[in-house]
Amino acid sequence: MTDAPATPAGAPPASALARRPVDPHALGHRTHGGHHGPATGHGEGGPASKRITVAYGFWLFLLSDIVMFSAFFAAYAVLYREYAGGPTGRQLFEIPRVAWETAFLLISSFVSGLAAVAMQARNKLWTEAALLVTGLFGAAFLFLEMKEFAELVAAGAGPQRSAFLSAFFAVVGCHGLHVTAGLLWLGTMMAQVWVKGFRGTIQRRMMCFLLFWHTLDIIWVALFTTVYLLGAGA
Amino acid sequence: MSATDEGLHGHDYDDLAPGDEPPAEGLGAAVRGYVLGFILATALTAASFYVATHNVVWEPSAPAALVTLAIAQMGIHLVFFLHITTGPDNTNNVLALGFGVLTVGLILGGSVWIMDHLNTHMMTLQSLPAAGGAEMSMKP
Repeated sequence: MTDAPATPAGAPPASALARRPVDPHALGHRTHGGHHGPATGHGEGGPASKRITVAYGFWLFLLSDIVMFSAFFAAYAVLYREYAGGPTGRQLFEIPRVAWETAFLLISSFVSGLAAVAMQARNKLWTEAALLVTGLFGAAFLFLEMKEFAELVAAGAGPQRSAFLSAFFAVVGCHGLHVTAGLLWLGTMMAQVWVKGFRGTIQRRMMCFLLFWHTLDIIWVALFTTVYLLGAGA
Repeated sequence: MSATDEGLHGHDYDDLAPGDEPPAEGLGAAVRGYVLGFILATALTAASFYVATHNVVWEPSAPAALVTLAIAQMGIHLVFFLHITTGPDNTNNVLALGFGVLTVGLILGGSVWIMDHLNTHMMTLQSLPAAGGAEMSMKP
C-alpha cells in the first residue's frame, strides 16, 4: 500500500495489473534464462517442456500397466498348481520355443533403441529401417506365441481345462495383446515418420512408442521366468 | 527436414524424460549404450535358460536364482533401454518407478501370502469329517 501512492485503496485492479511484469516468475522463459543451477525436480525454472511432461505422463501410464500385469501375475502365482487333473506346465511348455520368443523380443527391443538413435540423428531412412526390423521381430514373436496357443487348444489344454491354464492364457495372452497393439502402433509411427518427418509431435509419439516397446520386453522377462522357466522346472 | 526446437536433445537439460539419454552423449555413445545393454541382457537371458535346463545350481535354490537373474535383467533394461537412472535429473521418473514397484510388491506378495494361508487353513473336501462325525466339534 505504502509503495503505491498512485493507486488508491480499492482501485480497480486494472491499473495494478498494467504495472505488473507480464511474467513475474519467468515461467515462460525457461530456455532463455540460462541455467537455474543444478537443482532439478524441485520446481525451479518453471514448467518443464512438453517433451518431458508427455514422456513422464506416459511413463506413469506404463507403470500403471505394469501394476495391472502384476494382478495377472498374482492370479497365476496363486493358481499355478491347480491342474484339476489336467496337464502340468512341465508337460506343456517347450523351452526351445520360449528361448526363440525371448530372443526375438529382445532383438526387437534393441533395434527399436537404434531407431531412437536414428531419429536423434534425423535420419529418416535408418529410422524407418530400424522400425521395420523391430516390427518383423515383434511379428515373429507373436507368430510363435499364437502357434503355441493354437497347439495347446488343439491338444485339449485350452483356458477352460484348469485354473492353471486359465491363469496361463490370461497373463501370456494379455502380453500378446499388448504386443499386437504395439505392432499396430509401430506401423502407424512408420507411416507418420514417412509422411510428416521429425516434427515435435511425431518425436514425442515415437518416444512414447519406444518406451512402450521396451516395457513389453521387461514384462516378458518376468513372464518367461515365472511362467515358463519356473513352470517347466517345478 | 523439419527439425524443430523440441528435438530429442534440446538445450535445456534440467530434467530428463523417461527414455532420454544423458545430454553429453553423442550418437556413437548412444549406440554403444544400447549394444552394451543388449549384450548384458542376452547374457542374463542365456544364464536363466541354462539354470532352468541344466543342473548347475542346487535344485531347491533354482527358483531363487531365476528370480534374481530376472530382476537383474529388468534393471539392465531400465538403465540401458529406458534410461531410468539415479541421476538428479531423473528424480521424478525414479520416484514414480519406486511407487510402481511398491504397488507391484504389495499385489504380488499380498496375494500369494493371503491365498497360501487360506489354502493352509481351509479344510479340503477330503479332510471333512464323514457323515456322523459332525458332533466332533460339539465337545464341551
